[in-house]
Amino acid sequence: MTNALLAISDEQLATNVLFYALAAGVALSALAVVLSRNIVRTALFLLFTLGGVAGVYFMLNAEFLAAVQLVVYAGGTLILIVFAVMLTSKSPFIRFDPKAIEVVVAAIAGAIMLVALLAGIISTHGPVGTPGAIVRQPLDWGTSQYPVADLGQALLGDYLLPFELASVLLLVVMIGAAFLAKGRRRRAAGEEKA
Amino acid sequence: MTLTLATICIPPVGLYHYLALAAFVFVCGLLTILLKRNAIGILMGVELILNAANINLAAFNRYAHGGLPGRPALDGQIFALFVIVLAAAEAAIALAIFLNFYNNIASIDVERGKELRG
Repeated sequence: MTNALLAISDEQLATNVLFYALAAGVALSALAVVLSRNIVRTALFLLFTLGGVAGVYFMLNAEFLAAVQLVVYAGGTLILIVFAVMLTSKSPFIRFDPKAIEVVVAAIAGAIMLVALLAGIISTHGPVGTPGAIVRQPLDWGTSQYPVADLGQALLGDYLLPFELASVLLLVVMIGAAFLAKGRRRRAAGEEKA
Repeated sequence: MTLTLATICIPPVGLYHYLALAAFVFVCGLLTILLKRNAIGILMGVELILNAANINLAAFNRYAHGGLPGRPALDGQIFALFVIVLAAAEAAIALAIFLNFYNNIASIDVERGKELRG
């Protein structure tokens, strides 16, 4: 058992190297999002984080999820955020520094949260086979190693109602966002005419 | 099967590695929300937290609850997809509100939010 855990194949080693490289990239850029005081740089580091998370999805055999992450998050949401940054800052290098007391309180809260989460994860990490064991081996998905077809069937089968609700929600959000972003200015223009 | 120093020092990547990564990203998102005074920065923190949750969902789907060989159950990935859709919707609405906020008080600093009345 111990030997089986220590001795790993070349493929496993490659997985390890890839995972640690991706995890380091994601963790460092997430940290940079916290520490960066410049909102444009924060957005750039968020882009790196989102791209790294897409790589993590690839490692978890969630190819479709990774593609959606790149297209919707890195391609769509982040562009939206960057546009909002450009529209709302008088100077793109505007900075709001938090007070020292806020930094201390936030650091303590973050440290407590991180320690609690990691302690929870480690405490569930027992020997394989015990009820509290956390799994070391990925599940065997057999021939459907890239299960996009299964994903599509589940979306239009078991998850048809949430899927349709999400499409209605997106329509509502689209109309609502256009109204919120434009309504005020149009009313102001109308008042000027009157 | 190779037994080099690196293979002994580094245990095989398992579920708990992904959970630890997600925990770290979650805490980064939390700190971003607590420390940024720019409303858009706070939104970025929310996106980080949602991404941490998504890593957990995809990792549990791959390691702990994923169906049988040849017939994978992809509930975790589908939840993550819905989270991405909702995050995009939330970002669109939030940014529209921030634009309105900026049009009203000419600042994106959330501290100025207390000036909003009705």
